[in-house]
Amino acid sequence: MSAQVSETQDIQVAKKPAEELFSKRRRKLISDPLNDDNPITVQVLGICSALAVTSQMYPTTIMAMAVVVVVVMSNLTISAMRNIIPNRIRIIVQLAIVASLVILVDQVLKAYAYDVSRELSVFVGLIITNCIVMGRLEAFAMGNKPYDSILDGLGSGFGYAWIILAVAFFRELFGAGAIYGFEVFNAIGLENFPNNGLMVTPVGAFLILGLIIWVQRSKTGYVEK
Amino acid sequence: MELINLGIRAIFIENMVFAYFLGMCSYLAVSKKVNTAFGLGLAVIFVLTITVPTNWLLQTYVLQEGALTWISADLANVDLSFLQFIMFIAIIAAMVQLVEMVIEKFSPALYGSLGIFLPLIAVNCAILGSSLFMVQRDYTLSEATVFGFASGVGWFLAIIALAAIRERLKYSNVPDGLKGLGITMLLTGLMGLGFMSFMGIKLGNETEDETAVPGADVKEQTELVVPKQDNAVTMQE
Repeated sequence: MSAQVSETQDIQVAKKPAEELFSKRRRKLISDPLNDDNPITVQVLGICSALAVTSQMYPTTIMAMAVVVVVVMSNLTISAMRNIIPNRIRIIVQLAIVASLVILVDQVLKAYAYDVSRELSVFVGLIITNCIVMGRLEAFAMGNKPYDSILDGLGSGFGYAWIILAVAFFRELFGAGAIYGFEVFNAIGLENFPNNGLMVTPVGAFLILGLIIWVQRSKTGYVEK
Repeated sequence: MELINLGIRAIFIENMVFAYFLGMCSYLAVSKKVNTAFGLGLAVIFVLTITVPTNWLLQTYVLQEGALTWISADLANVDLSFLQFIMFIAIIAAMVQLVEMVIEKFSPALYGSLGIFLPLIAVNCAILGSSLFMVQRDYTLSEATVFGFASGVGWFLAIIALAAIRERLKYSNVPDGLKGLGITMLLTGLMGLGFMSFMGIKLGNETEDETAVPGADVKEQTELVVPKQDNAVTMQE
């Protein structure tokens, strides 16, 4: 809740003319979601796709990039349109815009990275229902200027990206003994290092994300009631 | 028989939550009390049972390549499948609106307790995900209906079970950083382990080809890795 309060204060601050391009407040917009206000571990958004695509690093990287693009672009679009969207139908307007952006991303992936696109299968489409996108539109873009919204989108996007990359790192390392397909354990002389089959299954993803959340929250000192 | 088989698969083996991580957002947010979880679970079953067949009709008669031939033979080359996402989400949003109005009319108490979460069903990945899976796996209309219903039931089971565990968990002393989301993720992982034991259940004749088994993804993944591990162990010895 404190995040919302500070956001409303931010809006008042933003009314002062000629703010620096990277003022302290704007830097905070980017840096906050990376750690203290992380979309996955603190706000509990976007878990859906965070786990499904993370059994290997490479598809995860593509997925993270796709999400960053969609969050930033949709934040920008909605923020630019925020004064002409009727309040009652805002959800469907947001969905339509996000869906169009995801279609774009999907078509680009199909054209330039077909293998990955097949591997991600339905999860590219599911970016539409990724709660981070809708959450940021509702909580930030509807009430802030376009440039700030882009920064907020970047922050949230990368906050999401580093968590899923971390999950993918451990899952691929212990599940397949490799990073980006490079066989780490063989390379450092630990041949026959046993792979942990559990890591590749969904169960491994849940456990690893749980542990990452534990570590991250005990560092930031965030306690959920 | 084939349909029952499909249903069992969708509920237990290919559970939306434990095998595909779908619908996690509301799954985590609304699982604090069994009562609310029950209501949301029912709403999800209802919406899924309606939207998956509706989207099947949409896909078959409007979107896929050559689907428009029922209007005119000239349209045989029209392929609208790139509009899939936006059309599906529109159908889902409309259905959710409908469910919301029905619940508001007939059960104000339930409406009060679900509150903000009803609109969230529209952005529940499980709903859109099932529709996309339905397209990917080339289901027929009856299969699509069963699949939608069974996925809903699977999700319902998962959220009720988690809510029940979390109600008990209130009296336990959980480490600070693990409270809330952390312990819930670990719990979900353990529940997922339980659900993995359903893997391989199959009704009907055994002679069917393996490719017809959805769930093959998850099964293959484990099978691919586990034999490797066995080799590694024996080689070490």
